[in-house]
Amino acid sequence: MIKKFDPADNSASIASVTEQVQPVKIGAAVSSVHFLGERAAFVGAEEKVFLVNEASEISPVAVHGGGILCAAADGTRLVLGGDDGKLVGLDGNGEVKLVATDPKRRWIDNVALHADGAVAWSAGKTAFIRSGKYEEKSFDAPSTVGGLAFAPKGLRLAIAHYNGVTLWFPNMAAKPEVLEWAGSHLGVTFSPDNKFLVTAMHEPALHGWRLADSRHMRMTGYPGRVRSMSWSAGGKALATSGADTVITWPFASKDGPMGKQPAMLAPLQARVSVVACHPKQDILAAGYSDGTILMVRMADGAEILVRRNESAPVAALAWNGKGTLLAFAAEDGDAGLLEV
Amino acid sequence: MPESEKIAVQKIPVTVLTGYLGAGKTTLLNRILSENHGKKYAVIVNEFGEIGIDNDLIIGADEEVFEMNNGCVCCTVRGDLVRILDGLMKRKGKFDAIIVETTGLADPAPVAQTFFVDEDVQKNARLDAVVTVADAKWLSDRLKDAPEAKNQIAFADVIVLNKSDLVSSAELAEVEARIRAINPYAKLHRTERCQVALSDVLERGAFDLDRILELEPEFLDAGDGHGHHDHDHHHGHDHGQGHGLKHYHDEDMQSLSLRSDKPLDPTKFMPWLQNLVATEGQKILRSKGILAFSDDNDRYVFQGVHMMLEGDHQRAWKEDEPRESRLVFIGRELPEQIIRDGFERCITT
Repeated sequence: MIKKFDPADNSASIASVTEQVQPVKIGAAVSSVHFLGERAAFVGAEEKVFLVNEASEISPVAVHGGGILCAAADGTRLVLGGDDGKLVGLDGNGEVKLVATDPKRRWIDNVALHADGAVAWSAGKTAFIRSGKYEEKSFDAPSTVGGLAFAPKGLRLAIAHYNGVTLWFPNMAAKPEVLEWAGSHLGVTFSPDNKFLVTAMHEPALHGWRLADSRHMRMTGYPGRVRSMSWSAGGKALATSGADTVITWPFASKDGPMGKQPAMLAPLQARVSVVACHPKQDILAAGYSDGTILMVRMADGAEILVRRNESAPVAALAWNGKGTLLAFAAEDGDAGLLEV
Repeated sequence: MPESEKIAVQKIPVTVLTGYLGAGKTTLLNRILSENHGKKYAVIVNEFGEIGIDNDLIIGADEEVFEMNNGCVCCTVRGDLVRILDGLMKRKGKFDAIIVETTGLADPAPVAQTFFVDEDVQKNARLDAVVTVADAKWLSDRLKDAPEAKNQIAFADVIVLNKSDLVSSAELAEVEARIRAINPYAKLHRTERCQVALSDVLERGAFDLDRILELEPEFLDAGDGHGHHDHDHHHGHDHGQGHGLKHYHDEDMQSLSLRSDKPLDPTKFMPWLQNLVATEGQKILRSKGILAFSDDNDRYVFQGVHMMLEGDHQRAWKEDEPRESRLVFIGRELPEQIIRDGFERCITT
């Protein structure tokens, strides 16, 4: 499928597909991008989402009355939380639906989606969940919620906070399980096989737990905070931002990355700002603080240039579900679509 | 995109507003927000509803103090502030400055340290000044029984001595002397109902290395005549009120100033300073200095909060300017002799 991805071994200069990129001028600051079917949804820093079809036509959709603080998508719906205290859903046709309003108009800081339709969000210390069959429930974390993630199986929500993660089963009476680790945990993700939980901390490090026995995994050595994490196809590796190479931790074995070194791919003289693994193949896209975007083959680190270093840091990267389209945007809204 | 570059380099100034309960923080905040200055402020407060101004950029904070994972108990940051500043940056261009109001019992250090530690915060915002509102009538009592009040005075770049109309001139002189014994370097303004020119509390650049000294004549004058060494000086001024003040001299919070007109050896000074803040940083609330190094034509300036230091070459020494090094430490139970001896050893002979 990706026949372009074939860098010759003896080529001195890096292979490039920059001419094949369809430029998209969003004209506003962008913080993330997601696919809703075949349409790319560029999430603005405030007020709007910009839906872009394959012909690069842009349709702006108003979603919030202020800053957009968080977004999550599952391929068909995009849910966004704002500093207007609202949680708003959007589908690929541009239809906007109000999901929830915080009664105190607090900022909606985090949102997560479950494959079965459940949605979770947080405002300050409180995490909320709404699933089709059950009434809305809430849980008060010991400190401000830093991140939310649904486990791939069952209705279980990981709530990252200061000094650890709480695993909450909203439909069970059991006391939530707490995974402790000193420090502030700001992002959280389950491995696709449900065996590991990884957080991005406020300090430049990841922390992981093997869920079977809560064994700790320290993943340190980053020069900067990890803001972007992406599981490779099949969950064999976790690619991360935060260094001047893409740091990729091995998760294929039952011990995960314990006692192993990460792979360091695609080194540049700039910090990796965002990563997105291809949904089907062992390929990832990496965006850098100098605006560069590379596609990288994970097996051998071979690179293809998607975007030259220009203007602002790369803020957003996403593949469509089939892995045939890559969407990207820099912080300043200079964006593009690449068919591969 | 030159426009985006411009936005990227403009760091948003952040003013930290502290003060003990009832001193008048909210009065000052309401004044800042209601005055016709044509600026928009994003305000981070702990209690909603106290502010009488409609402003959609008022954000409630939780005042969560997080320890950093570096084994240093004084390396604390405001976790909620990291998150709020991150969110506010989505609305860059919608406001000109940020004001962080702390609760009356808060230690200003975690707020200030958030700006030293967090890379993303540092990229977008800069700490402008710590402004402490103090109650002229009750501050003297609070300095005796509330360590928080003392911290807030010690930490301040600007002190608004409010309710000065409610005390006699002798009482006012006493409370000022108490403030000066802790912090001789802050700008002090006597006010009634926080009537102070906004330019005196905002856009101070107190944490701007380039503006160290230019803003602070007090600092320039601070030789051995001020600070820890000027006990007698204060005594002399306080006719007949020696009782409280005498007590006060044994207080644990103090300032210490050092100077040398001989150049410092950078290979000795830098390790000494770093070691000093690493070992005594818990006691040192603030530090600042202008340094003349041997074989260096540039002034070097530094400042610190507890264990965190930042420093840089500022500019070339001027022809008519004495090449003199000055350092100031404000802190609690400072090991004065150890600091003085250590500093002496950094002076070239």
